Amino acid sequence: MNERPLRVVIAKAGLDGHDRGAKVIARALRDAGMEVIYTGLFQAPEQIVQTAVQEDADGIGLSILSGAHMTLFPLVVEQLKAQDAGDIVFFGGGTIPPEDARRLKELGVREIFTPGAPLQTIVDFVTRECGKRRTPAA
Amino acid sequence: MAKMIDRPSGLGAQPTPAFEEQHRRWEAASAKGRSRKDPGSGAVDRTISDVPLKVVYAPEDVAGLDLAEDLAWPGEYPYTRGIHPNGYRDRLWTMRQFAGFGTAAQTNERYHFLLEHGQHGLSVAFDMPTLMGYDSDAPQSRGEVGKCGVAIDSLADMEVLFDGIDMGDITTSMTINGPACIALAQYIAAAEKKGIPRAKLGGTLQADILKEYIAQKEWIFPPRPHMRIIVDMIQFCTREMPKWNTISISGYHIREAGSTAAQELAFTLADGFAYVEACMAAGMDVDSFAGRLSFFFNSHIDFFEEIAKFRAARRIYARHMREKYGAKDTRSWQLRFHTQTAGCSATAQQPENNIVRVAFEAMAAVLGGTQSLHTNSMDEVLALPSEKSVEIALRTQQVLAYETNVTNVVDPLGGSYYVEALTEEMEAQAESYFAQIAEYGGVIEAIESGFFQREIAEASYRYQRSIETRDRVIVGVNAFVKEDEPENIDLLKITEETERGQAASVRDLRTKRDDAAVRRTLESLRAACRDPKDNLMPHLIDCVNTYATEGEIVEAMASVYGRYTERAVL
Repeated sequence: MNERPLRVVIAKAGLDGHDRGAKVIARALRDAGMEVIYTGLFQAPEQIVQTAVQEDADGIGLSILSGAHMTLFPLVVEQLKAQDAGDIVFFGGGTIPPEDARRLKELGVREIFTPGAPLQTIVDFVTRECGKRRTPAA
Repeated sequence: MAKMIDRPSGLGAQPTPAFEEQHRRWEAASAKGRSRKDPGSGAVDRTISDVPLKVVYAPEDVAGLDLAEDLAWPGEYPYTRGIHPNGYRDRLWTMRQFAGFGTAAQTNERYHFLLEHGQHGLSVAFDMPTLMGYDSDAPQSRGEVGKCGVAIDSLADMEVLFDGIDMGDITTSMTINGPACIALAQYIAAAEKKGIPRAKLGGTLQADILKEYIAQKEWIFPPRPHMRIIVDMIQFCTREMPKWNTISISGYHIREAGSTAAQELAFTLADGFAYVEACMAAGMDVDSFAGRLSFFFNSHIDFFEEIAKFRAARRIYARHMREKYGAKDTRSWQLRFHTQTAGCSATAQQPENNIVRVAFEAMAAVLGGTQSLHTNSMDEVLALPSEKSVEIALRTQQVLAYETNVTNVVDPLGGSYYVEALTEEMEAQAESYFAQIAEYGGVIEAIESGFFQREIAEASYRYQRSIETRDRVIVGVNAFVKEDEPENIDLLKITEETERGQAASVRDLRTKRDDAAVRRTLESLRAACRDPKDNLMPHLIDCVNTYATEGEIVEAMASVYGRYTERAVL
């Protein structure tokens, strides 16, 4: 249906340098045929959303393992609204306790993956949700 | 077989005809075996690091091993069997639990708890802003204050952190790298305010910046100027702090970033040798400082591979220090190390299972001869550990030390065909990595080329794939999964109050101190940064004594050195 492959930004925010998970996910999405833009470390929420908008990305995956998730995820949600990009599928992962994950989903984060989540589950999620964005309810 | 006859002194004594006959029968029987097909069976022929494994190991696998040159006795060069002649009979390892969260006052309370429960030394975990050189009120710090560790903005916080603790009596390990020199200056100043001279201070500073560029990514300045800071610290400590371990060269974070065991071993030792070379290039005698270098390794879940890694580390280090760097003091040949169980082996699913993983990993570290040990808490994959889970982790070490009897005999796996063969394999792989690093021109050049980062990313992806395909099993994750897990474990929460309170207190501090003194000492620090002959440490101690904040000191240094940015490697 869509000739252009799905395009996803994988991001690291704040002061958190744990990039193993982000890189593994980026490679898995790439291997699944998507175009992946990895932001590198220490990005501000504003920059992450800007990158996604400029690159016309379908999704943003944010990885946080430093405990700052309740601050940084909401800031990205805010930026998505501010930059009129609320349709970009925003998901994330990291050391995030279940209760916080629930609150983040209420705030508009589409899904939170914690350590041990199978790559295939993440790939399937991104394929499905970003795919829906490409073909709005016909 | 010819090799065995050449080396009759090795473990592989010449086989008798009866033994050879048994060998042939075993081969025939083994060939008839039918491999298991259940999950996890796809990786039975290799270690977790993809080192190929045989079904069984025998004398022929260690035929090249020379008893005196390769194995020796405990306490004898090349220390394969340990650096102490009596192992843990003379002295157990130090049980050292890494801790820090929230404010200095909260962490101070945890330290008193740990010391009262039989812990031997303290180990400070700093929060992300402190590790990256930002004050708690900096915009970059939002959401991060007190989360991964304790927030230390100035000497004032360091004084609170050690309130009521005899700094002359305990030893303290501080896990900080980019701004390590500032933390050291604060520690010295806090102790001297209590009347304890710096020469009496015992402990370890991580200060291993090379692995930051390779794996952990908590850098501030670029690699080349930072090597000067390291040499200054080592020179200063060698002169003034005889009980201080100047640097803890760390493989832990390299492994956590996804490396194999051999990569952890090789990259860490390569970093260590780079520091040795930098100090020698600055005119220091290798024996004047080498005895105070220490190492920090990961203990992962592949039991025997880890033991082989620790044994190989000692042997490689001893050989290089004596043969390549010409060290003469036996202490300079001895690799001493701290171990932490593998955070990356812990799972968020069925977190109680982590207690069991930690126990096996801790035992591998002890069988490998570690000098000190941190056992992870079961809930660390979800949040900072609760008091209960920290206690279980410490009790795990106590059960190991006092109940299992594994401490009674030195290097109990020495002479195992498998462990000896794997130890040799680890050494060979490390030497091959050293050769590759040398081709780049050294560690810094290899970092700049993204060599380590690529190797690690590749290994971590390969490992993750083997989990996906269920070639490997992780209990509770890709097998034995429990649906609808209860979420009833208690997690420690760091509140927003902590961040607001800490930010307010650093702002308050800036209004109360002698600003002229702060400016004067920062200016002399900047001048010292420009003059490679002037040791930075006395200037840093002057700065912290005026209550200049960490952020201000880092800013002053960055104005001369600049800040590092990484070219991201996928």
